[in-house]
Amino acid sequence: MIEHLVIGALLTFLVVIAIGIIVLRDLLAAVVLLGLYSLVAAGAFIVMDAVDVAFTEAAVGAGISTILFLGALSFTSHEQKPRGNDSIVAAVFVVITGALLIYGTLDMPHYGSAASPAQTHPELAVRFIERSAGEVGPPNLVTSVLGSYRGYDTLGETVVVFAAGIAVLSLLGLRRRGSPGNLPPEAPGSAPGLTPVPAPHDPAAETSGAIDPATGPRRYARQRHRVLQVVTKLIVPFVLLFALYVQFHGDYGPGGGFQAGVIFASAFILHGLIFGLQRTRQVMPPSVVRMLMAGGVLIYGGTGAVTMLLGGNLLDYDVLAHDPLHGQHWGLFAIELGVGVTVTGVMISLFYAFASRRSDDREPARDADGSTPTGATTGAGGTPRAGDASTPGA
Amino acid sequence: MFDWLVWLVSWALILGGCLFIVAGGIGLVRMPDLFTRLHAASVTDTGGAIVLSLGLIVQAVFVFGSAMAAVKVLLILFFTLFTAPTASHALAKTALLSGQVPVGADGRPVLDSPETAARLARSRPDEDAR
Amino acid sequence: MFAVATIALLVTMVLTLARALAGPTLFDRLLAVNSFGTKTVLLIAVYGFMTGRPDFLDIALVYALINFVGTVAVLKFFELDDLGSGVYQEDDY
Repeated sequence: MIEHLVIGALLTFLVVIAIGIIVLRDLLAAVVLLGLYSLVAAGAFIVMDAVDVAFTEAAVGAGISTILFLGALSFTSHEQKPRGNDSIVAAVFVVITGALLIYGTLDMPHYGSAASPAQTHPELAVRFIERSAGEVGPPNLVTSVLGSYRGYDTLGETVVVFAAGIAVLSLLGLRRRGSPGNLPPEAPGSAPGLTPVPAPHDPAAETSGAIDPATGPRRYARQRHRVLQVVTKLIVPFVLLFALYVQFHGDYGPGGGFQAGVIFASAFILHGLIFGLQRTRQVMPPSVVRMLMAGGVLIYGGTGAVTMLLGGNLLDYDVLAHDPLHGQHWGLFAIELGVGVTVTGVMISLFYAFASRRSDDREPARDADGSTPTGATTGAGGTPRAGDASTPGA
Repeated sequence: MFDWLVWLVSWALILGGCLFIVAGGIGLVRMPDLFTRLHAASVTDTGGAIVLSLGLIVQAVFVFGSAMAAVKVLLILFFTLFTAPTASHALAKTALLSGQVPVGADGRPVLDSPETAARLARSRPDEDAR
Repeated sequence: MFAVATIALLVTMVLTLARALAGPTLFDRLLAVNSFGTKTVLLIAVYGFMTGRPDFLDIALVYALINFVGTVAVLKFFELDDLGSGVYQEDDY
């Protein structure tokens, strides 16, 4: 009874938050509410007994997504453009399509029904529940399904994460920050249509020293946040340790490679936020991050190669040790390690890629006829080449 | 006898924690100004979390018999104790820095201008902006 | 006992959500979201005890962390418009 109340309340929150996100025009507030949405969705997953999914949803949706959205917002304005007249035809279309889809779901089995094909097929849920302990071993069924029964799928997911990391790196690159040669030139006041970001040496901003809430944040002078520094230094080691715990405890409770990778990356992201990208790059150089990205996929695929060399099929862990159960144990250990390493590398490199772009790299607004104004800043005009990403380790 | 005592203590702690939290929620809605809301939310959040977690630890140790759960709740407690006040400090500092002026009990702003607020928030107000 | 705690937490979450949607400035919303996150942590812990599964506590710990990181990120972004700058920690030695 109380479970129904909790899940009903959480789902209602989701609807309300979603409406709020759509209605709000301030994009920063929308980003904050999106994080809240992910948090509530993860809570709903927990109440529905999907603990591993909730773990990943919380870590990725509420944490990393917020940070990446903020990184994207730094390239553009913080206010949504005022919407034109909403189209009635579009609304009718959407309603009809939605109604058709809902009509289509009436044929599907009821929520949680024991008669659905996924529950009754002898090779699926029945086999996993009954024979997983004997065939694979770990008490956490999700890990055994994800790692062993559906190992190819997880290999594909890891490669997808890796591909996303490569795509972001090739699009955004990794600028070196702070070195004198690479600082973007002063925003020329003469470029027409440039989004009004005040130049760093704006004397009015210096003397008053305030961020005018009417026009948004300005480049503000140094402010030390001592408390944040101290607290970050205190909690980062524990977060890293907790990430390792989640990685290796994935066999027995909720956890595993994905979640551990995200938490590990969150520690470095927190460090980067508080201490600046330059210092974080000294701790975790971009070259090491690139090696992590590729190394995880190598470990995973390498496990498959090893099993093939030892005579089994691809990712057939039975052949890895003297005894199938031990082999499965070693196989799961290796692939979870691979997944965790790749996810860590990709998340950190995404953060580096977004955070290394300063907001003076904003694209100049286009003129009415679509041509970019001449004399635009080179910061946004030059696409970062992939060569930028090959900065030697700081 | 002992069971009854454990039940009473954990009931008291959990109920007390919930009281804190609900009070904080009401304060968040009804307080007139950002800074008063900040005070209401952060103090009651942390206090309520502490008391509620203590109640859960008592439950974990004596009723569930699981030391692991008790240790985890203790970790959650310590983590919240470190990060919740820090987050509210950071919020208050950034709000003041961006010129939000606290409003007094009579509805008038307490400070002269947003610039005064920003100057107050700076860690070394006697220095120049550079 | 746990049911009472759950209901109290849900009621507070409704109030906090109201502030998150209504709050005039960004800071109100951020405060409400941060507070909501802390309550979610407590709700998961209480729910875990109610259903007798202490595994949920790992998730609660992660939420607390993510809540903190998200709040700090939004604050830094609002103040400096720039996620990677080292200004937060610049000292003069």
